[in-house]
Amino acid sequence: MARASVIAADQPLEPPIREEFERRPEADTDVGDVERPLSWFETITNVTAVRRLFILAAIALVWQLYGTWLSNPLMFPSFAATAEAFFDALLNGGLLLKAWVSVWVLLKGYALAVLIAAVLTSLAVSTRLGNDLLTTLTSMFNPLPAIALLPMALLWFGLGDGSLIFVLIHAVLWPLSLNTHSGFMSVSDTLRMVGRNCGLTGVRYVTRILIPAAFPSILAGLKIGWAFAWRTLIAAELVFGISSGSGGLGWFIFENKQELYISYVFAGLATVILIGLLVENVVFRTIENATVRKWGMLR
Amino acid sequence: MASAIGRGQEERAATREAGAPAALLEVRGVTLQYKTRKHLVTATFRVDFEVFPADRFVLLGPSGCGKSTLLKGVAGFMQPVEGTIRLNGRTVSRPGPDRMMVFQEFDQLLPWKTVLQNVTFPLTTGGGLRARDALERAKRYIDKVNLTNFADAYPHMLSGGMKQRVAIARAMAMEPDILLMDEPFAALDALTRRKMQEELLQLWEDVRFTVLFVTHSIEEAIIIGSRILVLSPHPGQVKAELNAHVHDHAAVGSPEFQRLQQRIHGMLFADRIEEQEAVDGQG
Repeated sequence: MARASVIAADQPLEPPIREEFERRPEADTDVGDVERPLSWFETITNVTAVRRLFILAAIALVWQLYGTWLSNPLMFPSFAATAEAFFDALLNGGLLLKAWVSVWVLLKGYALAVLIAAVLTSLAVSTRLGNDLLTTLTSMFNPLPAIALLPMALLWFGLGDGSLIFVLIHAVLWPLSLNTHSGFMSVSDTLRMVGRNCGLTGVRYVTRILIPAAFPSILAGLKIGWAFAWRTLIAAELVFGISSGSGGLGWFIFENKQELYISYVFAGLATVILIGLLVENVVFRTIENATVRKWGMLR
Repeated sequence: MASAIGRGQEERAATREAGAPAALLEVRGVTLQYKTRKHLVTATFRVDFEVFPADRFVLLGPSGCGKSTLLKGVAGFMQPVEGTIRLNGRTVSRPGPDRMMVFQEFDQLLPWKTVLQNVTFPLTTGGGLRARDALERAKRYIDKVNLTNFADAYPHMLSGGMKQRVAIARAMAMEPDILLMDEPFAALDALTRRKMQEELLQLWEDVRFTVLFVTHSIEEAIIIGSRILVLSPHPGQVKAELNAHVHDHAAVGSPEFQRLQQRIHGMLFADRIEEQEAVDGQG
């Protein structure tokens, strides 16, 4: 510091002049540990499924400990009691059938909603009026809870699948359309020009450029739609359980609560959670891995 | 109108008979405008030029001279408000695979397709080739840009230079009448850019395609171009058309190269001095 200021006093600071040199890179064998295999612990903890199963096991353990400590099966049955009720219902109580009834109604509503969303968003990207229509409709109906429409749906479509499918479509259509549309809007100008440069127009342009380019958003919309549909369906069955004829999962939970079989109520809730986990981690995860992750659009 | 076009064709036929080759691309008095949210911007004003087969025709100018807009006009993404753009005597009205474009941006490759599928894509959608022929031709052009080992890689696994090579292979595989390049090397680092320029010239030696190349680098224009159209900014107007066919990378240090560079530099720089004087005068 002191030296620098002394130099600066009589002349401007100059870097020192050093010797030049050239070097040959060392041979590969001398460098040593360029690449080494990971340890078994690192390998195992790199598997997402292992980490997630560990979390699930930890939650089950905490649940069991708290349930045993509380020892009030009417208010909070333990994990073991719930598991027992779950397997009993699965083997003797027709839980699988009830779950299937729910899932089947759900799939019908979901598929219809995806179809309608495809038509609406295609209209929205091809015409200005379609764009205004979609924007207005989504801002009107997206905040409206699907379950609030159920009383009217019951009047219009009667007790049965019709009314449930109607509210399911409402639950899925708006968030899915919103996501898909914003996905289409964010496709870069360059990709659009590439598509038109290759001579694509109309439907071929939408299916070959816009849909794959917007696929991350579309997939996010499908996931949100799935979750909304699941929630709406269980709530609808809980409130108006009998409307779906033979009764689904929501009805199973409602019935057991009336009878105070609380461990069976928990088993029903656990089934809802299990199906949710399965769809998220198996179905959507597989689609993601085969598409957006492979394409490097999502890490 | 019809008679005017007829006369134009007669004139062209006459020049052809006289021995001069016919122009591939004719740009006549083209004014291009685009709208922003608040303004109507005139990007180019009554620009004329002709591109002949196997030309490496460079549009050179500072930013704001409308060179990219002009290229978009030729590509058919924009319609001129005045003047005509004709390719092989036919007026350009919409984008099409006879004028393949290479963009500056790295995201011009379709991320959901492999290198091979990207190159095959326009061949099957726009070129109407059968799948097997398309595949064969795509492989040939991927080989030409030295990416054979990466044919099955997805674009996100490639470096910037490799992505641009794929884009060039994709455009060339269509064997278009004219190749349009919008500053394709501008986003690359200097070393890669120089390598890509050499490769492009090598490809041209190989295939003798016609290319319309946009750049704002004087050096790149002289190296790449056989003929350079110098444009002035705001709005873009033709300032000069120069020959540069004798210069390549080997000529970079030579006195003639530097003289041409200085000459173009002077043309582009003169504007800025005039502008500065105008500002000073106002002040």
